[in-house]
Amino acid sequence: MNKKSGGLADRIPTKVWLLISLAAALIVWTILSIIPVTSRSFPNVIVTIQQIKVMYDRGVLLTDIGSSLISVGAGYVIGFVISLPVAILMAWYVPVRNILQPWISFIRNIPPLAYVPLIVLSAGIGRRPQIITITIATFLIMCITIYQGVMNIDETLIRAARVLGAKDRDIFIRVIAPASLPFIMTAIRLGASTALTTLIAAESTGAMAGLGMRIRTLNSNFDTDPMLLYIIIIGIIGLIIEKVIDFAERKLTGWQEKREA
Amino acid sequence: MAGETRSVKVKIDNVKMIFNTRKGQMTALNGVNLDIHENEFITVVGPSGCGKSTLLNIIAGLLQPSSGEVLCNGQKVEGVGRERGVVFQQYALFPWLTVKKNVCFALEMRGIKGAEAEKEAMRYLQMVDLEKFADHYPKELSGGMKQRVAIARAYAAEPEILLMDEPFGALDAQTRTQLQTDLLNTWEKKQKTCFFITHDVEEAIILGQRCVIMSARPGRIKKIIDIDIPYPRTQETRMSPRFNELKNEIWGEVYKEYLEVRK
Repeated sequence: MNKKSGGLADRIPTKVWLLISLAAALIVWTILSIIPVTSRSFPNVIVTIQQIKVMYDRGVLLTDIGSSLISVGAGYVIGFVISLPVAILMAWYVPVRNILQPWISFIRNIPPLAYVPLIVLSAGIGRRPQIITITIATFLIMCITIYQGVMNIDETLIRAARVLGAKDRDIFIRVIAPASLPFIMTAIRLGASTALTTLIAAESTGAMAGLGMRIRTLNSNFDTDPMLLYIIIIGIIGLIIEKVIDFAERKLTGWQEKREA
Repeated sequence: MAGETRSVKVKIDNVKMIFNTRKGQMTALNGVNLDIHENEFITVVGPSGCGKSTLLNIIAGLLQPSSGEVLCNGQKVEGVGRERGVVFQQYALFPWLTVKKNVCFALEMRGIKGAEAEKEAMRYLQMVDLEKFADHYPKELSGGMKQRVAIARAYAAEPEILLMDEPFGALDAQTRTQLQTDLLNTWEKKQKTCFFITHDVEEAIILGQRCVIMSARPGRIKKIIDIDIPYPRTQETRMSPRFNELKNEIWGEVYKEYLEVRK
C-alpha cells in the first residue's frame, strides 16, 4: 500500500518513527495550547505534566488508576469468561443462536451510559455496578466476535479431520479450538478497548475513585489541567494493553496466513 | 485394462441425490452406477455442476444419498471411514500445525503416538520429497507443496481408496504436471484404489485407467472410456497418437455437455 518504496522513509527504523510521531504530537499539542480558541481545552505540555505531582500530592492519582484498573480488569475478565461458552453454544445450537443473537444485536447498539442508571437501581453504588457495566459491554462485543469467528471456521478443515478418523471430541479440541483462536484474540482486543471506552459510563455510578469518575468531577469544576492528564493516562493504559495483546497474538496465532499488515 | 476378474472395491448402486434448496428440489445425481475395482485408478470429468464432487462426498461418507447405496468392501457406507481417504482441492491442511504435525494428525487418529508417529510422519514426507520442510508451517509453503503434504497426510491414514477432488485444480500448469508425475510414481509404487475428479481432460487421460464422463442436470454417468495406454506414463505419453485420439474423444463428449449446461 506504500506510495513508493525504497526511499528515505523506508530506511528509518520503526522505533525512530515512533519517536518522530511522538515529537510531532507534542508540537501539535503545543500549537493547540497557544491558539486562543483551543488553549482553553489544551493546557500546555509542562503544565499538564506538573499535574502528575499535583494529583499525586492530593493522594488521588494512584488510587484513581488502581480503582479503574480493578473495575476494568474484573469486568473484562468476567465478560470474557461468560462470552466464550455462550459464543460456542450459539455457534453450536441453532435455538440458542436464534434466541440470543437478536438480543445481543439489540443491546449492543445502546450506549452503556444510557442503561447505567438501571444497573445502579438494582446493584447499588460502588464497585459492583462498575464491574457489571464493563462486563455487559465487553461480553456483548466479545460474544458476537467469537460467535462469528466460530461460524466462519473453514468447513473443509472439519471434513478433513473427519475423513482422517477424528471423532467429535477430537474435532472440537484439535480443530475447532485452534481454528477459533484468531477470532478469540480479535475478541480480546476489541473487548479491551470496549472496557476502557466504557469506563466513564461505569464510573458514573457513584464511584469513590477512578479515572472516569475523576474526569467527570474535574469537568464540573472546569479544572482542565489535570483532566487532560487523566485523558492521556487512559490512552496510555490502552496502548499498553494493546501491546501486550499484540505480543500474545504473535506467540499464539503466528501460524495464520495473511498476517504482517 | 480394467478386467472383470479384479475384485470390486467400491460399488455405487443406483445412487440418487436430491438437494432441498430455496428454489425447490434440485436433483444433483440420478441413477449413478459404477464399480470401482481394487487398485484401479479412475478419473472423472464433466462440466461444473454435474455432481462430481457430490458423488465423491457420497463415497467418502460425508453425504448420504437420497436413495441407492454405496458399498465399500461389500459393506454399506453410512459415514466416513478411514479406509476412504480424501484429498481436497483447497489442501485443507491445519494451518496451526507444522507440516510434520499435520501428517502426525492422521497417524494419531490411527492410534500411533509420540516419537513413533514423528518417525512415521517423516517417512510419508520423504515419499513426497518434503522431509526438509517438516517443521515449516503451511503458510510458508507454495500451493504445490501444500498439496503434496495433503497427499502425504492422506496416505498416512493408510486408506484403501484415495478420493481426490480436483486436487491440482488450483495449481499452475507446471506444478500440476509435476504433481501428476509424482502421483503416478507413488501410485505405481504403492498401488491403491484412486477416484480422481478433474476438469482437465489431459490430466484424466495421463492418470487414469478408466475415465468416467459425467453429464449434468441431473448428474449421470454418460460414458466410461478405457484408457488403454500402458504405464509407466510420462510426459512423452502426451505426444502419442493414442493419447490425442482419446483426448479428442473425451473432450468432444465433455464439450457437448458443457454446451448443454449453458443452454
